[in-house]
Amino acid sequence: MTTVMTPVSGPGAPGPETGSSRRAPLRPGTALGLGSAVLYLSLIVLIPLAAVVWRSTEDGPNAFWQAITTPDAWAALKLTVGASLIVAVVNLVMGTLIAWVLVRDRFPGKAVVDTIIDLPFALPTIVAGLVLLALYGPESPIGINFAYTRIGVVLALLFVTLPFVVRTVQPVLLELDRDMEEAAASLGARPLAIFRRIILPNLMPAMLSGTALAFTRAIAEFGSTVLISGNLPFKTQVAAVNLFGQIESDNLTGAAAISTVLLVVALVALVSLDLLQRWGSRRG
Amino acid sequence: MTVRRLRGIAAAAVATTALVTACGGGNGSAGGDGKVQLALVAYSTPQAAYKDIIAAFQKTTAGKNVTFTQSFGASGDQSRAVGNGLKADVVAFSLETDMTRLVKAGLVAGDWNSGPTKGMVTDSIVVIGTRKGNPKGIKTWDDLVKPGVEVITPNPFTSGGARWNIMAAYGAKSNKGADQNAGMTYLDSLFKNVPVQDDSGRKSLQTFTGGKGDAILTYENEAIFAQQNGQAIDYTVPDATLLIENPIAVTKNSAHAKEAKAFLDFLYTKDAQTIFAKNGYRPVTQDATGVTFPTPPQLFTIDDLGGWPDVTTKFFDAKTGLVADIERKLGVATEK
Amino acid sequence: MAKLGLRTLALVYLLFLLILPVILIIWRTFGDGLGPFFEALTSPSAVHAFQVTLVVAIWAVVANTIFGVGVSLLLVRHSFPGKRVLNALIDLPMAVSPVVVGLALILVYGRFAPAGGLLESWGIQVIFSTPGMVLATVFVSLPLVVRAIVPVLEELGEEQEQAAHTLGASPLQTFGRITLPGIRWALGYGIVLCLARSLGEYGAVAVVSGRLVDQTQTLTLFVEERFQNFDQPAAFAAATALALIAVVTLLLTKLLRPKD
Repeated sequence: MTTVMTPVSGPGAPGPETGSSRRAPLRPGTALGLGSAVLYLSLIVLIPLAAVVWRSTEDGPNAFWQAITTPDAWAALKLTVGASLIVAVVNLVMGTLIAWVLVRDRFPGKAVVDTIIDLPFALPTIVAGLVLLALYGPESPIGINFAYTRIGVVLALLFVTLPFVVRTVQPVLLELDRDMEEAAASLGARPLAIFRRIILPNLMPAMLSGTALAFTRAIAEFGSTVLISGNLPFKTQVAAVNLFGQIESDNLTGAAAISTVLLVVALVALVSLDLLQRWGSRRG
Repeated sequence: MTVRRLRGIAAAAVATTALVTACGGGNGSAGGDGKVQLALVAYSTPQAAYKDIIAAFQKTTAGKNVTFTQSFGASGDQSRAVGNGLKADVVAFSLETDMTRLVKAGLVAGDWNSGPTKGMVTDSIVVIGTRKGNPKGIKTWDDLVKPGVEVITPNPFTSGGARWNIMAAYGAKSNKGADQNAGMTYLDSLFKNVPVQDDSGRKSLQTFTGGKGDAILTYENEAIFAQQNGQAIDYTVPDATLLIENPIAVTKNSAHAKEAKAFLDFLYTKDAQTIFAKNGYRPVTQDATGVTFPTPPQLFTIDDLGGWPDVTTKFFDAKTGLVADIERKLGVATEK
Repeated sequence: MAKLGLRTLALVYLLFLLILPVILIIWRTFGDGLGPFFEALTSPSAVHAFQVTLVVAIWAVVANTIFGVGVSLLLVRHSFPGKRVLNALIDLPMAVSPVVVGLALILVYGRFAPAGGLLESWGIQVIFSTPGMVLATVFVSLPLVVRAIVPVLEELGEEQEQAAHTLGASPLQTFGRITLPGIRWALGYGIVLCLARSLGEYGAVAVVSGRLVDQTQTLTLFVEERFQNFDQPAAFAAATALALIAVVTLLLTKLLRPKD
C-alpha cells in the first residue's frame, strides 16, 4: 500500500540502476508505444490542465487577481488553506501515534484496525460526508451538531486524510533497527529521550512527507465537505465547493483562476515533499 | 491464475461492458424500436411532480411511444447548461429570466409566452416557513425584522429563483412598489437578520431543516414538499405576497417538436395540473381537483412591480442594482 | 503505562473519527430491516445508477490498465529523454482537485471549446454525456495501475525476459509468458484499486454529468441527489452499498498486496 499511498515517493527515475540491466534504447515499436502513452496522457491530463491555467490568464493578471479576491472566493481559499494546515498538523501527531501503536503494540483486533485505516481511501467522498453527518449532524444520536460549522469542515478533512501519515510512517517504523534503542535503554536513557533522540529523527522524513500528502489532499477535497459543512459562503465553504459554484454559474474564467491557485499550492507542497525525500534518503 | 485465465477474464469484462452499454442505453435521441426520446431539463423542485406526470403522459395515446431523459438542478444553472449544450426538448424553469436567456441565445422561440397562460405552467407563492409549531410566533413580514430573529434566504445573485423572495418582501412593504423608500428600508433591515445566504433555494431549505435559523423565506411548493417528506416545518401565508409563476417552453432545435408540443399540451390538462397540485404547486388552469390553496388577500404579481426585465436591471444588476448595494454593505458576493 | 495511554488515545481517535460514523450509517440503513434496503436499491433510478457507474468504471479500468501496463514497461525497461518528466507527470492527477478535473475537461471538450466543438460536429457529445464521465474517471484513477506494477517490474529484473529473447521468443510471447505472470498479483492489486477509485468518484463526474437522472447519474451522484430530495432511506442505502464495496476492495487489496 505504501507504493500507492505515496505515489510521488519514488525517486525521480524509477528503479535503481541495477548492475546487469542496461536500459534498452527505443526501438520503433516501443517508440510507437511511447508516443501513444504520451498522447493518452496529453489528451486526458496535460492539455485539459493547461487549458485551465490558460483560461485563468486569458483576461490578464488584473482579472485573475480580481477573480480570486472576490469576497466569497477569498474567504473560501483562506478557509481551505487554514483548515488544511490544521488538519496536516493533527495528522502529523495522530498519524504517527497510530502508526506507532500499530507497529509496536499488540492488542486483540489490531489486524482489523490496521485494515480499516485505509477505509477513507477506498470510500467515495460523498459517502464519507454522509457517514460523518450521521454522527455529527442534526440527527446525531450523541447530540452533537457540527453541521454548518467550521469544525464540520475540519472533521471531514481529518476523515479523508487519515491514512496518509499512518501509511508513510508505518513501513519506516517496521524497518527501524532497534539495536540503538536497546543500547540506549541499557545505558539508562528514558523512553521519551530515546524517542526524541533516536527514533524521531529517523521517522521525520516519512512523517513530513505523509503530512505534505495529507495537506495536498485536504486542499483539494470536495465531496465530503458538501454535506456536513452545508457550504455556507464565507463560513464553511471550501475552495473546491466555491469553484463548483463558479462553474455552475458559467463563470469559467473565475473558476479557472481559483483552480490555478489550488494547483500552484499543491505543486509547492509536492515539490517540498520531493526535496524532503531527497534530504531523507541522503541521511540514509 | 494463469495467463489464459486472465485473458478469459479480460474478454468477459469487455463482453459484459458491451452488454451493459447496450442495455443501459446510450444517449441517442431514438430510444429504439419506434420510440421517441424527449429531453426534459427543469429546475430542481418539480422533480417528484414530473416523475408522476411523465408516467401519466405515457398512458395517453400521444405519449405512448415517448421516453424521457430528465435533468433537474438549480434554475439558473440548468438554463446556462442548456446554453452550453445540454440537450433539451422541453425546458422548465423557476424564473422567467432563465427562459429569456435562452430566447436571446436563439434556443427558444420568441413567442413562447404568447399562449393563454403566458407560457406559465405552474404557480406558487412566497411564504414564511418556521419550525414546527412556530415556537417564536413568526407570522408577518414585520416579525422577520425583529431583533434576534434569524431568517434564511438564498443569495439572489447566485439563485435566480431567490429573487422571488426578495421581491415578495419588497412588494409587500412598499405597497406594491408605490413607496420605494419604505420597501428598501425594509429590505435593509431584513438582510441584517440573514446570517447566511446559500447558493440555491433547495440548499437554503436544507440549511433551515438542518437546524439553522428561526424562519425561512421559501416557496409554498417547497414548504409543502418538505412537509410531505417528513421535515418538521410549518409555514404561514403572509397577507401580502408575490405570485410565483414558472415558465415552460419547447426548444427551437428540438428534433421531436411534435411530441414535445404534445407533452407541453398535456401539462395543461386536468390530470397533469392535478398532479402538480398534489405536489404543492398552484395550478394555472381552473379544473384541477382535490387540493385547495388559500388565497392571500393582497396577492400581487411581478408585473405589478414592473416585470422581470425592469426589476432585474433596477434591483439585481451586479454593479448598480439596489439589492447589490445592500449585499455589498454586508460583504456578500454579487458577481456571478 | 504510557503504552496503554498511547493505545487508548489512538483507539479513541479512530473510534470517533472512523469507526462510530461508519457503524452508525450501517445501523441506520438496516434499522428497519433488510427489506427497505433492497427496495431502495432496486428502484429503477438506483438500478440505472448502478449501471452507469459500472459502465463508466469498467471503461476507465480497461483504459488505465492498458495504459498502465504499457507505461510501466516503458519506464522500467527502457531509457529515453524525458523519462523523469513522464514519471512525474503520471502522478499529477493525485494532486488535482476533482472539481478542477471537471473544469479542465469542460474547457477542452465542452461544446464551445475547439476539441469539443469538433467532436460535436461528428455527433459525439463529451460533456453532459457518458464519454465525459469516462474521461473524468480515467483522469482521477490514472496513476493507480502504473504505481502498482512499477516496483514489481523493477524487482523482477530482465534476466528471464532476455533469456526468452535469446531463445527466439517474440516480444508479445515474452510479455504473455514471462512478464505478465510475474506481475499478475501487482496487476490485480492495481486493477482493484483503479476499479474502487472509479466506482467511488464523485466531484469530477458531478461537474461534467449534466445531472441527467437515469442517464448520467452514477451511484455517488445518486446518493447526493436523493439526500437533497429528503429521501434519506435511498441515500443511506446507496451509501451503504458503496461502503460495502469499499470494504470488499480493502480485503481484496490486502490479499493481493505485493509482499514487501
